[in-house]
Amino acid sequence: MVARKDLLLEFRTRTAILSALVFTALVLTVFEFGRDPTAVPTIDLAPSILWVTFTFAAMLALNRAFALELENQALEGLLVSPLSRTSLYWGKLIANLVFVAIVEAVGLPLFVLFFDVPVGHVLLPLVGVIALATVGFVAVGTLFSAMVIRTRFAELMLPVLLLPFLIPPLVGAVQVTGRLLEGRPVVEAAGWLKLLASYDIVFVTLSTLLFPHTVDE
Amino acid sequence: MTLAQKGRWTTVAGLALLAAVYVRALAFTPIERTQGPAQKIYYIHVPAAIWTETAMILVGLASIFFLFLKDARLDSFAEASAEVGTAFATIVLTTGPIWGKPIWGTWWTWDARLTSTLFLFFLYIGYLLLRGAVMEAGARARYAAVLGICGMCLVPFIHFSVYLFRTLHPMPIIMKPSTPSLPGSMLATWSFSFVAFTVLYVGFVMQRYALARAGARQEAGHV
Repeated sequence: MVARKDLLLEFRTRTAILSALVFTALVLTVFEFGRDPTAVPTIDLAPSILWVTFTFAAMLALNRAFALELENQALEGLLVSPLSRTSLYWGKLIANLVFVAIVEAVGLPLFVLFFDVPVGHVLLPLVGVIALATVGFVAVGTLFSAMVIRTRFAELMLPVLLLPFLIPPLVGAVQVTGRLLEGRPVVEAAGWLKLLASYDIVFVTLSTLLFPHTVDE
Repeated sequence: MTLAQKGRWTTVAGLALLAAVYVRALAFTPIERTQGPAQKIYYIHVPAAIWTETAMILVGLASIFFLFLKDARLDSFAEASAEVGTAFATIVLTTGPIWGKPIWGTWWTWDARLTSTLFLFFLYIGYLLLRGAVMEAGARARYAAVLGICGMCLVPFIHFSVYLFRTLHPMPIIMKPSTPSLPGSMLATWSFSFVAFTVLYVGFVMQRYALARAGARQEAGHV
């Protein structure tokens, strides 16, 4: 229900999603100018470009998740409603995941177009890895964004707190993506996939359990 | 004797032990064959690194109990442990490059182990920044506890991603599943140093904890 409300609001206004998409396209462009195409082959840099872009775009999405609720004390309204804290968290998580997924769904084709990286043959596993890595860090990010909105310098605080937590999924995702793009067997990256999966399980559970403590008095 | 004074004496004892570690490491422990005298920094680097990770885990444990028991003393302990952990992380990140320069030929390399310690350091800084950014004491304790628990759960992930990477950094030779592969005399020096660092950690935390309690009392007095 919370997810539907958030997404509905998003589709009515479209400002956040549009700016996130433009942002994604711009970051990809910046990367193109930030490298020397004669010295560094695209394929070596491609996984990092893809993941840094997704991370930054997700950060924008997460900042917005609870900021929305600060206006007119909407969060207090949600908290006094009969909705359980867990459903509130999951609603926010799902809304954020959909938001980030849209950004990634547009970002990936742009990435293929700009950097001419063939992904057709590994599309399914690649989407799987993207999903696996995204779930984990969006879960932690949703939890943190509920805290930081009530701190000073909220926009700055979220990246500072969240970036250390992005490292395991980011490193794992870059490693697996790299192997996929080089056409190496997925088995080689089994360790990394396990790391990503356990990260998701641990942090989705943990965030669900801890979320009530961030909103209750 | 107040807690702060006890902490001060414990710290003095820890520093004395640390001086003794230096004496033992420099004069009575054999020089490592391939690395030469540079390997001596090992006796500082590794105990500090272990306490950096342990301090984060203690922050996390204190945070879990805090959320259940709502005892402000646990929050003060987490605050103290986090600050001492930051100091130890700084030691690791300073001694690491000093050791790396003669052995690897570079101060810094984006190797998994260095990077993960750096991110642990950032985690500590983030924790302390979050504490500084929340004005209301109750909310500050809860938010810090949430972050502390997440941080504790992050440590094993950081630790294990190291094993998956091909790395320049030597693999741990003491904290590993099989028996330590260190010659006896070096292991003795190392253990001695580890004890010194443990005493230092306890001493620092006692002092910092006393300060945090005093701060909390004063804050409560003003409201």
